[in-house]
Amino acid sequence: MSDDDRVFKALADPTRRLLLDLLFARDGRTLTELESEVEMTRFGVMKHLRVLEDAELVVTRRSGREKLHFLNPVPIRLIHDRWIDKYTERQVTALTDLKRQLEEEA
Amino acid sequence: MTTTETEPDTESTGPGAPTTVQVHRVYIKATPERIWEAITSSEWTERYGYGGATEIDLRPGGHYRNLASPALKQFGAPDVVVDGEVLEADPPRKLVQTWRLLMDPAIAAEGFTRLTYEIEPQEGGFTRLTVSHDLTGAPKLALLTGGLAEGDGGGGGWPWILSALKSLLETGETMVVGDA
Repeated sequence: MSDDDRVFKALADPTRRLLLDLLFARDGRTLTELESEVEMTRFGVMKHLRVLEDAELVVTRRSGREKLHFLNPVPIRLIHDRWIDKYTERQVTALTDLKRQLEEEA
Repeated sequence: MTTTETEPDTESTGPGAPTTVQVHRVYIKATPERIWEAITSSEWTERYGYGGATEIDLRPGGHYRNLASPALKQFGAPDVVVDGEVLEADPPRKLVQTWRLLMDPAIAAEGFTRLTYEIEPQEGGFTRLTVSHDLTGAPKLALLTGGLAEGDGGGGGWPWILSALKSLLETGETMVVGDA
């Protein structure tokens, strides 16, 4: 499975998207904190976090005895730059070409 | 979240909230040495992200400066865009430094933040780059570095910088502000 596949698979589940939203709202949370906001067993939340970690969308850090979960938005950005930009490129380059042309004339 | 938090360990700052640490990670098909060069030498820093030359004295207490690229100057940036001090330099594995953005007075007033680069070789010619930015006391800067000010012309922050760095090292393609 490619990196992109892992990210798309991770994002394809509503609970995992919710976990990302929770980390977006407040980053660096423990499993216990996350579990308290999701209607699911601790084991279920752990399983979803594992998928998110495999996709590198969540990075964990130790802080004392606690394991903190951080949202890593870079893989989403990579997909954005790789896929989304491709389809919006034409309009954007038209504008940047115009900008360049005007600046050269200036 | 409007109440006062008392546990600093668990009250970190995510991109959307008054958090303290942002962790950004990317895998790049390049050696740790090349990534170290890409972070610390002008030859590379001028070619991705916000661009601009880099001055860095790679020893504890050494100075760090990121100078404005021509494009950033057009946006009214000062000559020195970021300043700071090297706290730890272990090439090509780890760089810890302070970091203060001088683009905007309100952000500059938040003071120095702490930035850590960790560079770890992986299997298959990949290297894992983790950028941890401790943004304690710098909520305005956190919005920028988290990429949340992109719609306001603030650029895409670390996610965008690291995506551009990966693209440059793997394909030679340059992605810089004002040079789309």
